[in-house]
Amino acid sequence: MALTRREFIKWVSAGAGVSAVTGCAPMEEARATARVVIIGGGFSGATAAKYIRLWAPDIAVTLVERNPEFVSCPMSNLVLGGNARIGDLTFGYDGLKKRGVRILRDDAVAVDPGARQVRLANGTTLAYDRLIVAPGIDFMYDQIPGLRSAEAQNRIPHAWKAGPQTVALRKQLEAMRDGGVFVFHIPMAPYRCPPGPYERVCQVADYFKRAKPRSKIIVLDSNSDITSKKGLFLQSWDGAYKGIIDYRPNSELQDVDVKGMTVKLTFDNVKGDVLNVVPPHGAGNVARQAGLITTNQRWCNIDWLTCESTAVKGIHVLGDATLSAPGMPKSGSMANQHGKICAGAVVALLKGQPVFRNPAIMNACYSMVDGRSAMHVTSIHKYDPAQNTMVSVKGAGGVSPKASEIEGTYAWGWARNIWADTLS
Amino acid sequence: MKSAYSLRLGVPVVLLLGMAVVPALAQSPNAARSLAATCFTCHGTDGRSVGGVPPSLAGQSKNRLLQELKDFKADKRPATIMHQQAKGYTDEELEIIAGYFASVKPAPATTTVPAAPASRY
Repeated sequence: MALTRREFIKWVSAGAGVSAVTGCAPMEEARATARVVIIGGGFSGATAAKYIRLWAPDIAVTLVERNPEFVSCPMSNLVLGGNARIGDLTFGYDGLKKRGVRILRDDAVAVDPGARQVRLANGTTLAYDRLIVAPGIDFMYDQIPGLRSAEAQNRIPHAWKAGPQTVALRKQLEAMRDGGVFVFHIPMAPYRCPPGPYERVCQVADYFKRAKPRSKIIVLDSNSDITSKKGLFLQSWDGAYKGIIDYRPNSELQDVDVKGMTVKLTFDNVKGDVLNVVPPHGAGNVARQAGLITTNQRWCNIDWLTCESTAVKGIHVLGDATLSAPGMPKSGSMANQHGKICAGAVVALLKGQPVFRNPAIMNACYSMVDGRSAMHVTSIHKYDPAQNTMVSVKGAGGVSPKASEIEGTYAWGWARNIWADTLS
Repeated sequence: MKSAYSLRLGVPVVLLLGMAVVPALAQSPNAARSLAATCFTCHGTDGRSVGGVPPSLAGQSKNRLLQELKDFKADKRPATIMHQQAKGYTDEELEIIAGYFASVKPAPATTTVPAAPASRY
C-alpha cells in the first residue's frame, strides 16, 4: 500500500471534492490497474502525467512537485529585457488535476528501486509500478567556492531556472546605473537551452539600448564559440546592438569574488556592476540519489524507445536530466516530447502491449532578439535501431534566414501551445 | 497495399523485397497517435491550437492536410519552419499523421491561464 491510511482518506475525500466540481476525480488506487509516480512537474514530467491519464485513464498518476506553480524557462529572458512579466509565464497545476493527476507539493528525497518506493521530505512513502524521474537540473556550486553560500547565490543570480531568480536579476538590472557593466558567464556545453544565453544577451541589450544606452555587456563564454544560431545572433549583435556587446570565448570560470563583484577566469579578472553566473549543472539531485547518473557524473542515460534508465530498471528519466543523444538539445520542446514517448511506453509496458518502435521527436526553439522579433532552430530526431539511439534526420531541420516579427508571433504561439499541451 | 502483399506473398518474399525489416508502420499499434504527438507541441493537443497560431489541424480533410505537408516538404509552399520540419518525415508517416488529425473532432483547446498576469514583473 502506497499511502498511509490517513493520507489515503485525505486523498479520496479531496478527490470527491474535486469530482463535484469537475466530474473527474484523481484515479483511486483501489480501482487503478497500475500506479505511476512522477518526480518533477516541469515540461517533461507534467507532459508525461497528462498523457498517461489521456491515453490510459485506468492508471493512477501521482506527480510530486516542490513548487506551487510552474514557471516557464522559455520566454523568461524577456522578463530581463522588460518585454514580458514573470506572471505571464507562471501557471498552476489545476489543468493536470482536472485530468485526474494527483498533485503532491513535496520534495522527493529518496528512491528505493528494490521496494519500488519513493520517500518524500514529509516522511510519506509512495509505492509505484513505474517511476518517472523528471528532476530538471541542479547547479554544481561546489565548483565555484565564492558562490557556496545561499547569500552569495542570491547576490549573484543564475536566473537559469525561471522564477524568483529571474525577477531578482531584472531588479538588479533596473537598479544599475546607466554606463554600468553587465557581466554574464555561460558554462561549458552541454547545458540547459543552447541558444538561451545568447537570447539573454539580446534581451539585456534591448533593455540597455532603450533605458541605459551607455551601458555595456561582457559575455564570458566557457565555450570556444557561440554554440547555437551563431550567424543569426551575430546579425543582431553587429546590427541593432552594435557597440553594446563584448563577447569573449574560451572564458572558463575559476571563481567569483562576490564582495569585489569580480568574475575570476584563468588569466583574467572581470569586474561588473551586475554579475550573472550560470554555474555548470547536471541532472537534479534526486537522480543522483536514485543511482540514475551514468555519464560524466552529471547525466542519465536512457533507452530512447521507452525513456527507461539504462542503470535502474522500472525507472524512466526525462528532460534536461537525460544524457542527450547526438544533436539533441536540452530544450522545452524536447522535454515535452520525451514526456509523450515515455507516456506511450509506460502505458504499453504496464498493459503488456508492444512498445512503439519508430518514435520521432520534433524540436523547435525560438529566440526573441527584442520585444517583437524571433528566429528559430528546428530539428527532427528518429530512433535508429542500428545505433540504438535517436539520430537527427539528415536534410531536415534548419534555422531562420533572419529574425522577423512574423516569427515573433509564432514564438508566442509556440509558447501558448506548449504550455497548454504540457499543463492542461 | 503492404498488408495484402504480406498475406499473399508471405514473409520471406517480403523480406527479399526489403520491405519488412520492421512491421509496416501503419500496422504498429499507436503509430498514428505517437507520430501526430510530435505536432501537438506547436499545434496543440490533438491539433486543437490555443489561439489558432500555429493553426489547428483537428478535423481537417486528410487529403488537403497531406497535400499541404507534401508541398511543404517539396518547398512548393512558402513557410517559416514547416518546410524544414516536413522533410523529417517519410510520405508514409505524413499520411498517417494527416489521417490522425482528420479523425479528431474539432473543438476548442484546453488551456491554462497565467497565474498572475497583473504582476509588476
